[in-house]
Amino acid sequence: METIIEALVALFLLIGAAFALVGSIGLAKLPDFFMRLHGPTKATTLGVGGMIVGSVLYFSTRGEGLSLHELLVTLFLFITAPVSAHMLAKAALHLRLRTVERTRGEGALPRGDAE
Amino acid sequence: MLALAIPIAFALMSLALLLNLWRVVRGPDLPDRILALDTLYINSIALLVLFGIHLDTMIYFEVALLIAMMGFVGTVAVAKYLLRGDIIE
Repeated sequence: METIIEALVALFLLIGAAFALVGSIGLAKLPDFFMRLHGPTKATTLGVGGMIVGSVLYFSTRGEGLSLHELLVTLFLFITAPVSAHMLAKAALHLRLRTVERTRGEGALPRGDAE
Repeated sequence: MLALAIPIAFALMSLALLLNLWRVVRGPDLPDRILALDTLYINSIALLVLFGIHLDTMIYFEVALLIAMMGFVGTVAVAKYLLRGDIIE
């Protein structure tokens, strides 16, 4: 039983770290701001979520009862990530950042290499 | 099994933080830098939770919660400044 829990915790930690890394690779590699917005707001939030699930599992099986106050962090992040992404997208639209040819919508944004 | 998984997760998170730092330095525009800082604090929360499991202590959750709140307020304040030229009108 102990081994199964440990394996589950290890699995969740690795899934969380992998998703966070994927989000950061997206932030570093994608060609313009509106594409870059996708990586952190979705993948990284899910990565933190996976990490917290692993932590809840780990500390709940220590024999000190259920440990749920980590979930507050996840709840807070899941509420705030879309809000900050929305604010940043509005700021980027207002500043008329350059976009690559493939980015659609609004039409009037200037094209160019935003790398 | 955890003894193997925790160092691997540390390595992945550190790589993620380095990539975010590269985007902060590189830019090229202000929203890119704000977005990179936003990702940086979210990743540091994950790193703190991982560190808490590594040390087998629950002290770091309050720190993680505080970083989450302060980071959100900071991101919204700077984005608002870019949008309106002022934070509290």
